[in-house]
Amino acid sequence: MADGLRASDAEDAARLIALGLRPRQLPSRDVVYADLVRRHEQDPAFTDLVDAVAAGLGLAVLAVTRQSGAVLAAMTDSVFEMKIDDYAKRTALRDRQIEKVLHGVIHLAVAALSFPRPADLADDTYVGRVSVEQVDQAVREACRVLDERTAAADLNADPLQDSPGLEQVWRVYARRPSASATSAGRVTSDSTRGMTQKALRFLADQGFLHQVNDEGGGTFRTTPRYQVQVRELAAERAFDELIAMGVIHAGNPNGSIRASRPEPEGLPDV
Amino acid sequence: MEPGHTSWHSTARFALACTHAATLCDVQVVRPSQWVSEPGGVAEELALGSRGDEGLARRLKALARTAPLHDLDARKSQLQWADASVYQMAEIGFQAIDQVTIAMDFDHGASHDQIMARLLPLIEAHAPGRGRAEYERVARWVLDGLINVGTVDRGFRAVYGMFGDVGYQRRTFDFKLLVELVSPDGEIYLRASDEAINVLVGALDTDVESSQIAAEVKLENLIRRGRLSDAQVAAEQARYRTVQYAEILRRKLDATRRDVRTVDWLNEVPDLISEALAHIAARYRAENAILANITEVRDDAVEPDRKRRAAQLVDIIQDCIRRHTQLQARLQDAGSTFRAEQDRQQFAGAPQRAAIDLFGQLLMPVLQQPVADAVKATDVFFQGVVGPDVRSAPRLTSLVDLLLSPPREREPLGKPLPEPELAPLPDPDAFGPEVWERADALLTAVDATRRLSGLLEEARVADPDLPHLVALRVVYAVSPPVGVALRQGDESLLVAVDDGEPLADIEFGGSDLMLGLARVKAAERAFAADVAVADGV
Repeated sequence: MADGLRASDAEDAARLIALGLRPRQLPSRDVVYADLVRRHEQDPAFTDLVDAVAAGLGLAVLAVTRQSGAVLAAMTDSVFEMKIDDYAKRTALRDRQIEKVLHGVIHLAVAALSFPRPADLADDTYVGRVSVEQVDQAVREACRVLDERTAAADLNADPLQDSPGLEQVWRVYARRPSASATSAGRVTSDSTRGMTQKALRFLADQGFLHQVNDEGGGTFRTTPRYQVQVRELAAERAFDELIAMGVIHAGNPNGSIRASRPEPEGLPDV
Repeated sequence: MEPGHTSWHSTARFALACTHAATLCDVQVVRPSQWVSEPGGVAEELALGSRGDEGLARRLKALARTAPLHDLDARKSQLQWADASVYQMAEIGFQAIDQVTIAMDFDHGASHDQIMARLLPLIEAHAPGRGRAEYERVARWVLDGLINVGTVDRGFRAVYGMFGDVGYQRRTFDFKLLVELVSPDGEIYLRASDEAINVLVGALDTDVESSQIAAEVKLENLIRRGRLSDAQVAAEQARYRTVQYAEILRRKLDATRRDVRTVDWLNEVPDLISEALAHIAARYRAENAILANITEVRDDAVEPDRKRRAAQLVDIIQDCIRRHTQLQARLQDAGSTFRAEQDRQQFAGAPQRAAIDLFGQLLMPVLQQPVADAVKATDVFFQGVVGPDVRSAPRLTSLVDLLLSPPREREPLGKPLPEPELAPLPDPDAFGPEVWERADALLTAVDATRRLSGLLEEARVADPDLPHLVALRVVYAVSPPVGVALRQGDESLLVAVDDGEPLADIEFGGSDLMLGLARVKAAERAFAADVAVADGV
């Protein structure tokens, strides 16, 4: 393909990536974009070229589809990388780790509630709905279940005074108020609802969610782009990290990780 | 934040907060750590004996829960804005928790403002005459102290020591008294935590069902023996238990709505619902019987204090019944909620390929990890999920264009809206024009002195409304506005005189006034008009 490569092809590949960097731009609304997506589908040489250009910029092409356009992800140390320290930078320096983990857990919970079952994550046509209230309540419920489990196990799990880093995440979350009023009567940004709201609005700005209405503190629906991002990248990476920590044992040798969802109360699946 | 209002995070502070607590803590917590160093001594035995002693930890935690209330009184002398030493802050704190608990029902608690409004009269009693602004500030200060505003977690933390497998360890323990939550319409409201209810009512950490039965029996006995003040305390306790019971059920139902799979709908929940319904039925019968009993006491009571207390009891019991009814409605909804949720979750397409179960395989394990480990997993998830960050680069030409472009003319807003002048509607006439005409006719026809009773009888024949108007106008004529009549140039004026004769009438009572028509001398302009009374009235 080297002999057939022209400068205009490189330009097209770069343009596809540039369009992919604008999350609100969609192939269905832009003829040029739609043409490029079709070419990416049909021309393997062009596909390679797009991957190469993206890699040079420090990006990975997760998917190029007619629904979502080009879905890109920043590689580590790329100029396009978003750091959680920047995202959570307005929080106080002390307890930075706690703020980071809370923001991270909330993003995880948003994804988990957008795609409640593994099948939803796998199904390309699935559109999830998620609201601020749902996310906060679901995490709180999970914390409550873990609390009950700890109480049932008859272990003293109160954290040690001199090593706060050993405190379990669910305790940190359960302790943080769901909503606390500022002097003006609004919800403070460091309550869990405030943080959830921030996460959902941020994802909406990134073109991953669309706000549907204001019910439950703001209800959003997912876009195909978000599904790809969660499925192809975020969930895999976090899962790998957990495996590296020795937390999860993937039981199925085929790599199918559909199995054993730990039922919070060991109850039959309905 | 007030000066001296520090977050509540150290043992030193704990010791300051109540000296009583400090001695206990010293004995139970600090000393054993010194004893441990003597091998084989009494300390070793003691340490072994208290190892895993849950009772010790439980007592220390129970003690810690009262500390925020002591703390309020300890800190009040540091307040700069008022001489707060006269206020019994712990008492106000209890009252605040009390009010929040009473206001709690199935969906809501009480808003800050509601609680403030209820606290103000109570605070005023502590220091009368200080002014509303100060009472509001005290109420706000106590409320903030109970929420622990100023800390990120808005809760309290106490440190206690325990002997574990590796020797003596200090652990932290978190609790809250008042919790802020958001209602479905976005308002922030307060609920009392279980800890607060326990602090308030004392030793309530028992089986709700059995303690409620005990309270009911006690209540009935007390009422039968006529000891109303004790009965009121028992009834209030019964209400707190009712609230607590509703709270437990609310959590179960919430969990059901969120995720069908987390709740056992085969046995557990149906059992729970039928138990709760049976409970409600029993309570409903019992409370109605008590209600009938107390209503009787209230109606028969002669002594006002006793009557008032019985009336209060009636209110409390009625409130309990209302809460039960509310709970029952929720229980009946629960079944259909489950079916709807099950339909929604079951009829999705079959899985097409394997994918990660985000909730079970990522979220739950992460929640169980220590913060230091979990942060690695959440960081990579975050970086993966947020997508590329495209930063905008400033371009000089755009900036120049932006700066040089003339300011956009704003569309004129249109003509100013005329401010409508709104006059209040006049009150509707009590009597129609026809009635007025008849009354005029009747009263101007007074040529000789007449009695009111005669006029009323005459009027009653003409129109049922007429006597009322006639009576009013005659009463008006007892002191007629002579000056007005003079200015208007009226020829004559109706005058009524009371000669002590009582009025005998089926509708009206009072004096049977004598009426006469007085002529006004228009020529006289003096303030005290010279009135010649016709016919010698």
